Amino acid sequence: MLRNSLIFVLVIAVGVIFYSLFTQFDGNDELSDLAQFYAQKENIDKVGSANLVTAVVVTYRGLDTLGEVTILFLTAAIIGFFLKGKLEEGKREVRPSSEILQTAAAVLIPIIIVFGVYIFINGHLTPGGGFQGGAIIASAIILMLLTRPTMPFNHKLFSTIESISGLSFITLGVLGALFAGGFLDNRFIETGTVGELISGGAIPIIYSFVGLKVGAELSNILGDFQEVQNEK
Amino acid sequence: MTYIIVSILLGIIMLLMTGIAILHKNMVVAIIAAGVVSLFASVLYLLLAAPDVALTEAAIGSGLSTIIFFYVLNKIRKNNVAE
Amino acid sequence: MEYIALVVGFLIILAGLWAIMTRKNILKIIIGFSLFDTGLHIVMVALAYVNERTAPIIDGTVLAEEAINKVVDPVPQALVLTAIVIGFGVTALMLTYAVRLFKSKGSLEIADFKDAKW
Repeated sequence: MLRNSLIFVLVIAVGVIFYSLFTQFDGNDELSDLAQFYAQKENIDKVGSANLVTAVVVTYRGLDTLGEVTILFLTAAIIGFFLKGKLEEGKREVRPSSEILQTAAAVLIPIIIVFGVYIFINGHLTPGGGFQGGAIIASAIILMLLTRPTMPFNHKLFSTIESISGLSFITLGVLGALFAGGFLDNRFIETGTVGELISGGAIPIIYSFVGLKVGAELSNILGDFQEVQNEK
Repeated sequence: MTYIIVSILLGIIMLLMTGIAILHKNMVVAIIAAGVVSLFASVLYLLLAAPDVALTEAAIGSGLSTIIFFYVLNKIRKNNVAE
Repeated sequence: MEYIALVVGFLIILAGLWAIMTRKNILKIIIGFSLFDTGLHIVMVALAYVNERTAPIIDGTVLAEEAINKVVDPVPQALVLTAIVIGFGVTALMLTYAVRLFKSKGSLEIADFKDAKW
């Protein structure tokens, strides 16, 4: 009883904090100073990315993105370590999925993967980018796993893709440090005109590697969960 | 004006689904309700002029998260029946 | 509109907090965590919104010269973008621990884990 009332008091206290935050908020009418710097014409032309969110994620805060994919890599490694346990008592019996699902998956999976690649290649022009494209590729993999539940999941392939793209990501960052302003600077390739597919310097290349890495990591996590299903 | 009405409706549905996700006894319903909260959150992001975030939330929050919850639930259920 | 989103986000955070502390099933607690995440992201995106403005993408309707007066704040959006992906990783990690706990005890009710106190 005491415990419940303490929880109640705590939730009310956090609610009061949120209420005071809410009453002090009176809408924004213009950008913050930092965002004004990012949205200036000369800075947009300098970076060459039409999507400002991409510009922030890949160049201005590129180091954050590197840390973020590292966290995701660690998570995937820990999950693999904990779920990989012993494959005790053999495999379970699985009912094969229906004819309709199998045929539809055979048609859809390549299209979904191509769509994911489209999203991360166009990340500097349209909404989207490495994280979204990677998640869409992972959802194609999950469709594959749902269609063929007994299919062995090739962890080695995904780990290889992930390592190669992670290494290329860092190599591109170091190239930026050598030939342009600093680590993960995109301007060692010509930035071109804002709004064209081949523009933004190294942004599309970096974001493609981020997309491959995120897609491979998410697929690895999903594959681990799928393997837990198969052991009894 | 239309945006405000739509966002109020979305907010009501999301709060309702949050309640269901927390209070419902059946775990399957709870997980789907949590997924629906994410899905409507992605529509709200679109109204708040954040299409990048909306795309991420729709793919990850409501797609992949729900799937791994179901994987774990399936694992747990099967063992319960066996014993 | 951003006020409505703020209210909804704060209420979802409170509901998630309450669920984390009162629910007895570990899966329900993890659902509480992911709801907390969603609420937090809604609050951050709502704080980035600027009245009557559009998404931070330069194209035919938003020219680079006038972007400064036409787009919303891109920085919180970029942060939320990475936060969502990390949130998925954290949820997957918690579910992994839940599977391990279930393997060792055969149950996910908090009351069955009395020996976890030290």
